[in-house]
Amino acid sequence: MSALLEVRDLFKTYGTSEAATRVLRGLSLRLEVGEMAALLGPSGSGKSTLLTILGTLMKPTSGSYVMLGQDMITADDKALTDFRNAHIGFVFQFHNLLPDFTALENVIFPTAVREGRETPAARARGRDLLTRMGLADRIEFPSANLSGGQKQRVAVARALMNSPELVLADEPTGNLDRASAMQVMDLIDQINREEGTTFLISTHDEKIAGFCRRQIVVGDGVVTG
Amino acid sequence: MFYALKIATRYLTANKAQTALLVTGVAVGVFIFIFMSALIGGLAEFILSRTVGDISHITIEAETADPALLISPEGHVLVVAERGRTRTASLAEAATWLPLIEAVPGVRAVSPQITGAGFLMRGAQVSQVSVTGVAPGRESAIIDLDGYMVAGDVRLGSGLIVLGGDLADDLALSVGQTLRLQSSNGVTATLTLSGIFETGNGGMDGASGFVSLSTARTLFSMPQGVTRIEIKLFDLNAADATALRIRALTGLDAVPWTDGAEQLMEALNAQAQTGYFLKTFALITIVIGVASALLLSTYRRRPEIGIMRAMGAGRGFVIFVFVMQGALIGLMGGIMGAALGYLSLLPFPSRDAFEPGTLPMDIMQGSYGLAITLTVIGAILASILPARSAARVDPVTAIGQ
Repeated sequence: MSALLEVRDLFKTYGTSEAATRVLRGLSLRLEVGEMAALLGPSGSGKSTLLTILGTLMKPTSGSYVMLGQDMITADDKALTDFRNAHIGFVFQFHNLLPDFTALENVIFPTAVREGRETPAARARGRDLLTRMGLADRIEFPSANLSGGQKQRVAVARALMNSPELVLADEPTGNLDRASAMQVMDLIDQINREEGTTFLISTHDEKIAGFCRRQIVVGDGVVTG
Repeated sequence: MFYALKIATRYLTANKAQTALLVTGVAVGVFIFIFMSALIGGLAEFILSRTVGDISHITIEAETADPALLISPEGHVLVVAERGRTRTASLAEAATWLPLIEAVPGVRAVSPQITGAGFLMRGAQVSQVSVTGVAPGRESAIIDLDGYMVAGDVRLGSGLIVLGGDLADDLALSVGQTLRLQSSNGVTATLTLSGIFETGNGGMDGASGFVSLSTARTLFSMPQGVTRIEIKLFDLNAADATALRIRALTGLDAVPWTDGAEQLMEALNAQAQTGYFLKTFALITIVIGVASALLLSTYRRRPEIGIMRAMGAGRGFVIFVFVMQGALIGLMGGIMGAALGYLSLLPFPSRDAFEPGTLPMDIMQGSYGLAITLTVIGAILASILPARSAARVDPVTAIGQ
């Protein structure tokens, strides 16, 4: 297996002087291509901060981060935005869909924003992904009218739209009932096995972590296991 | 950027009531802009038509020549030359210039005239009169004499005269009666009153008379040439430029109506500036309205902006989405306001039919295109601040909201 990303000695401090909170304290981590990893740890251990930094939405206070051979620390905002669009997918706890758009429009957003328009090819891929998510009959539904589980499956489809190498999921099933949670995890597991997409899933749920072949435990701002 | 346009449109249509309210607000501002343009423009047109509508827009008058010196300037003789007071100066070659002046672009009518003073006598009654001799067929070229006739007609033939209403009353004259006119040159003619006019201008109605050019030649002993040429333009605002052109073409001293009308021009300029202020305030209201509405929208959509940024939308894309919203609001409000303005101006009489007691609105001066263009530009400028604010949204914070 080859390295998809590697971070070393990551430090992240929020605030300054006396109000400063050090969340990451020299965290190092390496993810291989095609891995399915769970990120475990108590609240406040730095899991979400790590996902945010890996998703290039925030820079660490210090440390190095290389993904697909590119230095994420020195890249400017535009380069990071383009990189994120092409190589990283996100699944949030609260799905975070665009409420005024249909399921399909939400799914194809990452491609449309890159192409500048909704191409027929993008629409076809979006339909295909939604069908794989079991939402064939909800393609043109306004996203606001979908159930929680359906919204989260749309969010997974959106994360996969640009065929990213890495999908970061922050408590993707935390807001779902058990049946919906299992359904979403089955889909993630299937995609990981079939397409080799790397998943890093932050969770408190041991059953969800059980889907992953690697468990990364974070505690007190470093990887402890 | 079609996709940014689609998102902007979707945001506007997602909350139809709010967008409709915003567009209506912009439309009201544009309506005020157009209404003020039509009112100020119409008022200026009305004042100009009432003050200078019946006068010559450009006048060429014969210059009184100094008498020739018969003494050689090489001698040591001091000469005092006094300008002749009794001789009438003339434009001897007027017939040559007329076709040239008529061909100048913007010239509507040209009227060669012989003017002078005289006395009207009927029995023991005597009144001073200003006499204007005009060429047949050009009686209404400068002043709309035909339109002001209250008795008889404006036809000027040999031995006929048309007088102002007050003057005719003073002499107790009615159409068809005869009177004697003695010119300042001492020539007396017996004339028949063929028509009476009333312009509403006391000076003109009480002391003016019109005769044919041939009658004026006899009265003022001028067998050839004329004393002045009056020129009417299609656009009286073009008088200065056209006068310069005629001066360059003929070498004659063409004087536009604006010379000596400084006070009127100042009043009109002051009125126009008042209009500019009012229109500027209307535009400022539009800009503030659009900016505040879009700022609110930016705040409300912070989480969505955060998601877009996380999904790979650049800052430029976000800015474009909000600027496009501003432009669309400006365009829709502008078109709606312009349509409202036009429809509201339709019931007002046209510029040629202004009547006392009605607002002199000129539907043609609504500045519709300008209003729409300025509104779109204003709305785009108004949206820049909210758009920049949206582009600065931190995706991490926004998604966490």
